[in-house]
Amino acid sequence: MSEILRVTDLTVSFDGETVVRGIDCSVNEGDSLAVIGPNGAGKSVFLRAILNMVPYSGTIAWSPEARLGYVPQKIDADRHLPINFRNLLEAKARVRNIPHGEIAEIETAVGLDRRIMETPVGHLSGGQFQRGLIAFALLGKPNVLLLDEPTASIDKSGEEQVYELIHRLQDAFGMTVILVSHDLSFVYRYATKVLAVNRTEISFGAPEEALTPNALEKLYGPHKYFHYFHHVHNTDGHDNPDNHNDHAGK
Amino acid sequence: MDTITPITITTMPANELYGIILPLFGAAAAGLVGAFALMKRTILAGDVMSHIAIPGLGLAIIWRIDPLIGGGLTLFAGIILIWMLQRKTELSAEAAIGVLFASSVALGALLINSTEALVDALFGGFGAISLDQFIFGVAVSIFIVVALWVLRNKLILGLFSPELARSAGVNVDAINLWFLLLFGLAIIVSLRFLGALLVGSLIIIPASAARQLTHTLGKFLIVSAVLAVAAVAVGFWIASVYNLEPGATVVVTAAGFFVLSLFKKKD
Repeated sequence: MSEILRVTDLTVSFDGETVVRGIDCSVNEGDSLAVIGPNGAGKSVFLRAILNMVPYSGTIAWSPEARLGYVPQKIDADRHLPINFRNLLEAKARVRNIPHGEIAEIETAVGLDRRIMETPVGHLSGGQFQRGLIAFALLGKPNVLLLDEPTASIDKSGEEQVYELIHRLQDAFGMTVILVSHDLSFVYRYATKVLAVNRTEISFGAPEEALTPNALEKLYGPHKYFHYFHHVHNTDGHDNPDNHNDHAGK
Repeated sequence: MDTITPITITTMPANELYGIILPLFGAAAAGLVGAFALMKRTILAGDVMSHIAIPGLGLAIIWRIDPLIGGGLTLFAGIILIWMLQRKTELSAEAAIGVLFASSVALGALLINSTEALVDALFGGFGAISLDQFIFGVAVSIFIVVALWVLRNKLILGLFSPELARSAGVNVDAINLWFLLLFGLAIIVSLRFLGALLVGSLIIIPASAARQLTHTLGKFLIVSAVLAVAAVAVGFWIASVYNLEPGATVVVTAAGFFVLSLFKKKD
């Protein structure tokens, strides 16, 4: 698999305060990179930096073939906004000269029916809204999908559905996925690589290499790592669906 | 043979006709600008932004130039300033506009030291419209409508989420500046007959009523423009029948539409 992203010594500061420091990682085509860490660890800042949305120092090298699709964290949509996801997808298609037929294709892939597409955005449930945002990102056929806390505004059962959807779309469209999350569900199920961040890089690598007891303690404190450690090391692997139902949550 | 009843045709002087047709064009532009401003949550800016024209109106009176040129100049200087303040200091648009508003009204009142001219500046008037001014006003109104149509996709993405718009390749700063300029142009077109105090209401009220009545984007935009045009048409008609001040009657009519819209139950 060829490399699609290489990050070297990435540091981001705002107003003189360093938010993340010294991040090194690389992502290959088809990887699922989970960026994990506690709240306020700088995960979203990392994502925004690799999207070139915030100033940074260090090197971020995307392969020339990389086409990025971005799903931001929850958007505070005005409940009365008379805009629906059909308006938004059509607007993006026109702005980017994307063939109109692609909208229907993406709608089907993401499972957005006509009713959801035509409901004002402020009236959608958290899960429906998130699927709308994923469809928006997929329009234009990116080969890298970047998601910032895609389950932040969704209940537990909806979370599983969103992760499954992301995994299914990754297979269907042959994408690389970079996903920021403060919980570990995605890591256990689908991640092929983990970047653990807590203001600085704690660990990076395959889940079983990156999620050492030491790394988990640095991320979540000594009282919480035990559960995660056992979960990772006492199962047959992170991709076995039988292991997930008993997962205790965040 | 029946007797033929003689018909008397009264012709309206051309500049009076201009004074009716131009506000209708201006209203369509104001209604559309208002719909986007409402969605962008910068609707109050309309009410306040027009006041930035007041010092310019004062200067125009002093220099004896067309008041709209003077008003337009200070308005556009204000727009550029608002845009820069928004970008550089993360001040909300409302706060930036608020600062400009208070200083503009005070400066305008100092510059316009004739009570009659001040009343015209605030409530509309400034005499009859020439053919040139009519053509200019209609052209600007059409330009606003066309520009909003062309920019609508970028505007929609930007008002939904600037971050998402950027990720789709939209230059959000440029779109915001475009929108402020179109907003300013919409104010200029209607400034003559509504005045600086009332012109914002033609942007705010029809859009607010349209939002009560509709919940899809296309209908919202159309209803907003139609209500603004209807407010001007009905307002002028009521004003002529009862011999009232046209500008104020238009605004009261628009407010009446808004009150009626409140009776419609939203889904």
